[in-house]
Amino acid sequence: MGLTRQSTGLYSLIIPKQKRQVPQDFVIALAGNPNTGKSTVFNSLTGLKQHTGNWPGKTVTNAQGTFTHKDKNFLLVDLPGTYSLFANSAEEEVARDFICFAKPDATVVVLDATCLERNLNLALQIMEITDKVIICVNLLDEARRKKIRIDLAKLSEILGVPVVGTNARDGIGLAELKNAVYEVATGKRKNNPLKVTYQQVIEKYVDFLQPELTKLLQDSFNTRWLSLRLLDYDPSLWQALQEHSGFAPGQNRKLSGLSAAVQKDLSIREIKARDLLIETIITQAEAISARTVTYETRQPNALDRRIDSIVTSKTFGIPLMLALLGMIFWLTIAGANYPSELLSKAFAHIEELLTAWFQSWRAPSWLHGILVLGMYKTMSWVVSVMLPPMAIFFPLFTLLEDLGYLPRVAFNLDNFFKKACAHGKQSLTMCMGFGCNAAGVIACRIIDSPRERLIATVTNNFVPCNGRFPMLIAIATIFVANNPISYSSLGAVLSVMAIVILGVLLTLLVSRILSRTVLKGLPSSFTLELPPYRKPQLLRIIVRSVLDRTVFVLARAVSVSAPAGAIIWLMANLTFNDVSLLKHCADFLDPFAHLLGLDGFILMAFILGLPANEIVIPILVMSYMSQGTMLELDSLTAMRQLFIANGWNPLTAVCTMLFALNHWPCATTLLTIRKETQSLKWTLLSFLVPTLTGFILCFSVAQLARLLGLA
Amino acid sequence: MQNQLIPLHMLPVGCFGKVSVLTAADHVRRRMLDLGFIKNTVVEALRRSPSGDPTAYQVRGAVIALRSEEAAQILVEIC
Repeated sequence: MGLTRQSTGLYSLIIPKQKRQVPQDFVIALAGNPNTGKSTVFNSLTGLKQHTGNWPGKTVTNAQGTFTHKDKNFLLVDLPGTYSLFANSAEEEVARDFICFAKPDATVVVLDATCLERNLNLALQIMEITDKVIICVNLLDEARRKKIRIDLAKLSEILGVPVVGTNARDGIGLAELKNAVYEVATGKRKNNPLKVTYQQVIEKYVDFLQPELTKLLQDSFNTRWLSLRLLDYDPSLWQALQEHSGFAPGQNRKLSGLSAAVQKDLSIREIKARDLLIETIITQAEAISARTVTYETRQPNALDRRIDSIVTSKTFGIPLMLALLGMIFWLTIAGANYPSELLSKAFAHIEELLTAWFQSWRAPSWLHGILVLGMYKTMSWVVSVMLPPMAIFFPLFTLLEDLGYLPRVAFNLDNFFKKACAHGKQSLTMCMGFGCNAAGVIACRIIDSPRERLIATVTNNFVPCNGRFPMLIAIATIFVANNPISYSSLGAVLSVMAIVILGVLLTLLVSRILSRTVLKGLPSSFTLELPPYRKPQLLRIIVRSVLDRTVFVLARAVSVSAPAGAIIWLMANLTFNDVSLLKHCADFLDPFAHLLGLDGFILMAFILGLPANEIVIPILVMSYMSQGTMLELDSLTAMRQLFIANGWNPLTAVCTMLFALNHWPCATTLLTIRKETQSLKWTLLSFLVPTLTGFILCFSVAQLARLLGLA
Repeated sequence: MQNQLIPLHMLPVGCFGKVSVLTAADHVRRRMLDLGFIKNTVVEALRRSPSGDPTAYQVRGAVIALRSEEAAQILVEIC
């Protein structure tokens, strides 16, 4: 992490100063289309020596890593996956500005061997900016399987830059890649890259503009490229130029005059400069691909098409998807029970040891209370309840991701999301939300349209996460099921399902409302790539899902639950007039909670459960029993009796379930939203939207039920 | 003789079309150009989503799904 905005220059933080001060260090940019295995190349080059953060002021992720080759150290900066550098999105802007203005010592462009033509588009655009390019043709094994052959030597000859074939996931070709990077970055090898020549009319404009730009900027920037971009008027580029060179093109009279003359001429002659630029580059890519790629089969994607004809078929598409997701949830819930129990026993044992240790030196009981009964117990509860399901759910989900199945889910469901003015990929971020809302919010990065990404972020909390499921199941089992002894009774299952369906419907409804109101002006677009299916890499899946998702989410949960534990213990044990602070607060909240069909203790438990939803029920049980620490009742029957003794009726149960589905996101999720959106406004909105929905729903249900005399 | 132009979303599944005119503007136009929907590009309509929309197209070696609103902004010649 550590990538904040507290520095002066924009890029001084992206490339840490201390690294630049070592003269033998080189900065290498890694560029490529999405789904080219770019991150695999990044991971295999840097191993675990990497860290991630955000680009300053942007919601785009920034990953950096280091590696050493021969006697030199290299800092590898993973640029966002983009199709082009024409700055259609924040991602493309970041990639363009980095290559153009931060001037890395070399840029590695990762191309997908199975889709070379489309990928060459980006490579040619990058070669226009810088000579120091190394082409890495990745996924060679996939290409071989599809009987696609690429003449790498010829490609290198045509492009005039080194071309290395790799299979990053098996580590093949990486040594060669490092060698090529070394030679280009140290200047031992001089490239002579192919420069795209445009139609005469474009070249004439360039000849007209370039001399003036060269006079103004000297050799510090590639003025041919800037002239080309001046044709395709792009304010974001001028802003970036001003930030990095201190030169404001808009304020220079002569340049503005020339530029205005060009724009006028273009519009009189009805020339769409950008179309011509892209058409030339793409035609060039097509020609290069035709000379270097041979297809030994007429239909290289026959297998992908056959799989698609099943998983996206009218008959099997949606049932298959439901079955797969259902299986993942079942495996998560069923598989997590036993390890959860083991963990909680182990933690209880450690607690005994801790208590004994505190007693051994006669520690004051309040200290033991805050540290062990408060902090330690809350934290260990959260870990033992959260860790096992996440350690099962995330690898399974990552497996589907690695296979290439997830974009098909988005493809199947997009029409429903379109009606809600949302993006089909939101179905994936929602699935992730069932595992953990914070992870679901992070997953919203895959949505490349700004409006739809915010919609998915703000509404993610409407799907109940792993932390809320046990609470829903417990309440449904003891109140809705007729027979509290048989826990798997149909009524309980149906009511939990109804809650989940309600969550999905609310997501769609709120998405639509948001899109029509607060998010109205934001740009939106829909294109969804269905990448080829790939053989999953099991080891990488486990490492990635455990490191990136499980540990990440758990670490945040622990860091908020420990201090919360101390606060809860204090509130339950500090007394005024012989009544605990907790009860004072609950009494204060009671009239309002009653309007919502809840009671003061329930509302208080939800408020204190802000760090993690898992602790809501334990806090509630603890408050009802007037105990100073969290505890778990042995059986659901005992819990039922306790709740009924405290005035619960079926309405309380229904409203508590509704409130569990619709209330503020947990602290971890809120922190994540803040980090992902870089905006307090959207964080606040993400807090308010589900909270208000919960208030309205519970209030209506409670008042209606009371009016009808049902409760 | 020139064939009649139809919007891409009307191209029947399994058929090929050659891109003739891009009517999209601004952001959508740029995205489509980047994905390779330029004049004379041959596009194949691969399959429709089970929910009726979007449709997946094979374009320049990649499979890209477009919603009917977006695809309608690409005029193709059936070939």
